[in-house]
Amino acid sequence: MSEKWTITLRTYRQKEGEAPRYDDFTLDVDPDEYVLDAVERVWAFHDRSLCFRHACHHSTCGACGMRVNGVEKLTCITILRDVTQNGATLKVEPLRNFPVVSDLAVDMGDFYKKNEMVDARAVLPVIEAEIEHPSSAWNPNDAQYIRLSDCLECGMCISACPVAATTSEYLGPAPLAAAQDRGIRRNPELLNIVDSEDGLWRCHSAFECTAVCPSFVDPGRRIMDLRKQVIGAKLGQLFGK
Amino acid sequence: MSKPHIIIIGAGFTGVATAHDLALRGCDVTVIERGDICNGTSGRTHGLLHSGGRYAVKDKESAVECIEENMILRRIVPQVIEPNGGLFIAIEESDLSYAEQFIESCEECGIQIDELTPQQALKLEPNINPNLLSAFIIPDGTFDPLRLALAFAGTAKHNGARFRTFTEVEGLLTDGQGNVNGVKVLDRAANRLLELRADVVVNATGAWAGQITGMAGLDAPVQPTPGIMVAYDQRLVQRAVNRLNVPGDGDIVLPQRRMVVVGTTSFDAENVDYIPVTEDQVKLMLERGSELIPGIRNTKPRGIYMATRPLVGGGSGRSIARTFKCFDHKETHGIDGLVTITGGKATTLRIMAEKTADVVCAKLGIDMSCVTKETPLLSYRQYYTIPN
Repeated sequence: MSEKWTITLRTYRQKEGEAPRYDDFTLDVDPDEYVLDAVERVWAFHDRSLCFRHACHHSTCGACGMRVNGVEKLTCITILRDVTQNGATLKVEPLRNFPVVSDLAVDMGDFYKKNEMVDARAVLPVIEAEIEHPSSAWNPNDAQYIRLSDCLECGMCISACPVAATTSEYLGPAPLAAAQDRGIRRNPELLNIVDSEDGLWRCHSAFECTAVCPSFVDPGRRIMDLRKQVIGAKLGQLFGK
Repeated sequence: MSKPHIIIIGAGFTGVATAHDLALRGCDVTVIERGDICNGTSGRTHGLLHSGGRYAVKDKESAVECIEENMILRRIVPQVIEPNGGLFIAIEESDLSYAEQFIESCEECGIQIDELTPQQALKLEPNINPNLLSAFIIPDGTFDPLRLALAFAGTAKHNGARFRTFTEVEGLLTDGQGNVNGVKVLDRAANRLLELRADVVVNATGAWAGQITGMAGLDAPVQPTPGIMVAYDQRLVQRAVNRLNVPGDGDIVLPQRRMVVVGTTSFDAENVDYIPVTEDQVKLMLERGSELIPGIRNTKPRGIYMATRPLVGGGSGRSIARTFKCFDHKETHGIDGLVTITGGKATTLRIMAEKTADVVCAKLGIDMSCVTKETPLLSYRQYYTIPN
């Protein structure tokens, strides 16, 4: 970690009642640090008025999602070397499709309401977590373990979603993925929520959500699967099952 | 009669838990936080729900507090907890010599402990060091740091507490005789200065407690003590894995989502707004962590960061007891209206809040006892869905 780069962090700024602008901060950084480190350093040493959200610094809380050079990134695990180069300008902006609270911080209220509406699981049995990593081979004891769900509720899928950009009423990728995870068959009350004007039929299968998800949730695939679940449930209703 | 107004500075674990407790005791509560919720030490905890095992030998008071609070949190906030237990494993002969006092101390502290053969331990956790000599299982757990804070904060909000995030305290307001009766704050989102009055101001700023006490002309009651954490990109264990020995650097590995987190180190610092990561400490975590879980060498680091503990009790380093301190500055310095709570650990946030709320209520003559032990917390999402 002895290498030193100089980068310019072009930072989105917006205070209540003011027009948005970009401020440039020139920083000496270690290229192996994270984008969040650079943002935090701006606040610590250059401009105490900068507002941004962050908590865990290791991709378990989902607070620090931002757009980095136009792409949604969980900034606490995004290494500077992977997104910029020595002498370059790196642009950081708040997530799209959320109201801006200030600067890089957005209001998550509406998004969390939707996750609550589908009662997204916060914890679940380990064996239901769909882990693809072959190296952590399962053993029979795993059935007894509980783990935190993969979805960090970071909102990056909402920011990247072309449909969410057209209407704030759309349930959006993470809540639909959470409904798929809970299952229509086991939770029939979800049917009317997802099979609605602002529900799963609005998805255009752009799969931007899956592309930016930092936590392997794969909302795009889950929405496709949820459609199958919904069709199955409706056919079942039709034939009185 | 209007409710007494309490301002809590800091929306880390202690602040949000104190807000929850005081809201239940009928107070009007405002929490002031300079960043967003949990942006300091609390957010960056490794997420160990302590059984007390790590403290049992050297600090029984902390250990007993941990096991009691561990069991309470499992009950009131299961939505944020991986309740999978923990192992203490012996790798070297020197670890084995610690076993006897470890068993005795755990039993004395009421921490359920069972000995496993290496084969039994490997059956439970196939990725731990296959050369282990002995293992013990204890009721550790892990939790999601932000969601734990959100659950307390959301429930507090449901009971009427207000949260002013991105609001930094610039000074304390006084009554002309040196007693604190409010705060001067900068609303950083609106770029506006405000004065807020309160019956009591609670300083719950953890490692930054000295900045607030400094505004009242008092010394820092806390030694900020950062340590490193490294998260690796595979969930190699289902439960916390500790080195069976005196607590030291890099002696614990915790599962979290699809990761394991290895921690930690311990050194003194003064300004803790930004603590850079150092390469030697990253290497140390890899070396020490892979003694417990060799497979860590085949993973990639996913997040590397520093978290700053607020240690109390004078001196520095690991020898300080991890208990917390609550000061009524009227008792200690003759300054009324200011209470400081600092020290402690995430696992003990509820009892820290209880003791702080007891002090606040005694000052105001409020005769309401604490009910947080028996009060299940609402969904952590309530924090975002309930308007301020």
